[in-house]
Amino acid sequence: MDFYYGLAQIIGVHTLLGLSAYILLLTGQVSLAQAGFFAIGAYVAGMLTVLTGWPLLPALAVGGLVGAAVACAVGFPALRVRGLMLVIATLAFGEGVRLFFFNFDYQIARGDLRVGPLGGEGFRQIRYFPENGWTTLEVMLFIWAIVATVMAVLWWFDRSRYGAVLRAVGEDEVAAQSVGINLTAVKVSAMTIGGAIAGIGGGLYAHYTTHIEHTSFNILVATFALAYPIVGGLASVFGTLAAVVFVQGFLIEGLRFLGDWRNLLFGALIVLAMNLRPHGLIDARVLARLARAFGGGRRA
Amino acid sequence: MLELHQVSRHFGGVRAVDALSLAVGEGEIVGLIGPNGSGKSTTVNLVSGLFPLTSGRILFRGQDLASVPVHRRLGLGIARTFQNIRLFGHLTVWQNLWVAQNSPEDRARRGFLARWLGGSAGVRREIGELLEFAGLAPKQDELAANLAFGEQRRLELARALATRPKLLLLDEPAAGMNSEEIGQLRERILKLRGRGVTILLVEHVMELVMGVTDRIAVLNFGQKIAEGTPAAIQADPAVRKAYLGGEATS
Repeated sequence: MDFYYGLAQIIGVHTLLGLSAYILLLTGQVSLAQAGFFAIGAYVAGMLTVLTGWPLLPALAVGGLVGAAVACAVGFPALRVRGLMLVIATLAFGEGVRLFFFNFDYQIARGDLRVGPLGGEGFRQIRYFPENGWTTLEVMLFIWAIVATVMAVLWWFDRSRYGAVLRAVGEDEVAAQSVGINLTAVKVSAMTIGGAIAGIGGGLYAHYTTHIEHTSFNILVATFALAYPIVGGLASVFGTLAAVVFVQGFLIEGLRFLGDWRNLLFGALIVLAMNLRPHGLIDARVLARLARAFGGGRRA
Repeated sequence: MLELHQVSRHFGGVRAVDALSLAVGEGEIVGLIGPNGSGKSTTVNLVSGLFPLTSGRILFRGQDLASVPVHRRLGLGIARTFQNIRLFGHLTVWQNLWVAQNSPEDRARRGFLARWLGGSAGVRREIGELLEFAGLAPKQDELAANLAFGEQRRLELARALATRPKLLLLDEPAAGMNSEEIGQLRERILKLRGRGVTILLVEHVMELVMGVTDRIAVLNFGQKIAEGTPAAIQADPAVRKAYLGGEATS
């Protein structure tokens, strides 16, 4: 059973990673910086519980806040450029963060062993969960409580005027400006919220794996962050969740029996999924059908 | 209200707008006509701030607009529609109006959170009125992309009005409309004048321009070749030659 709990943990954390890119994608911005915010949240939260002995929840919150603050600071210059330039700028940022942690040493003595990040060796022994006797099931439920909360908040954002404004900017920047929408403010706010979500996700990631290093936050992770909402569709937060389940649950774990062939099939299936469902796994039509099934056609 | 002083905009060697001076008074409806490529839409883009000026000055209520970014011009009370309709197609009709409520009045009246997250009774009533004005009330939950062409034009007008403009720039609002729709558009423009909205109307359709404007300026190759009342413009030989051509008798 622990295997499935572990898988559910991965899916939960990757959902947060994908959602951090989702909100920015609503404004039409493609960012490869999400792995960077994820790394910052992971290191900050990990250092707080390991080095200062903070409880987990405030450590996660601070990880999220630092992720948000960095995202906001990066967003101002980065979001002034668009399209491919933004992709390159955010890629550079993400790699910069990774290389920073590659060179980052900050260890203190704890009894007869030293704890804390140690450059290329990584940051080992983030043992908050085992030290406090959490079972895999409890960790999984904790992660999902946070994922559910974040999804609920984003779902609500999506239906608020703010969500409509994000989508308006994503659709037509010129028209959005000319009805008085401040493009920079809207994009930076989305980037900041995305940074917070990635930071929280990173903090959770650091604690369930207990060991992080710079390669855990490479360009592949940034690509996954972007791929989830794109494969899942931007109609709602559930698209991202569906895509993570599809990729992590089915493509990576479900096809493990194929051995080396899995990686070949992996790419092919993603391309196939995008061709069969060009508006994402969960598109507006699926949502409408679900709403009718569960909401009893309240709006009809 | 709006003053253009010797305004020019060059694209490479092309003088899209060349030393144009024009004044629009409070409450006036001024028409801007001219053949294709004469600089009408460029003028609208210069006033709304999408292009910077090559030279000259644009004043709105005495304030120089040069350093005012696009989204802030709306805050001053300048709104516009686009020649090639630019709606938010994947938002509903209602949402298209919702996101446009960015006027200083709306900012002052509602708290930050209420403005960004909420849809209060006041907001719903105002949007309801705009939908009524544009004749789109039954379509409020449709996606804007699914509307018929004429409905999209009406929605764009309503969206511009949702920003509570003092000066409305209409860029060929009648393009592609049939004569009945043009009649309705004229009614709407006259209603807006009744509410004190100043309008700069860029239009090809003479039926509309001659019917609603107080004054008309004629552009040709970026320069103003005539300005006067609709009757005077129709009689002006230079205008007939440059623009009305064979249609001059209509």
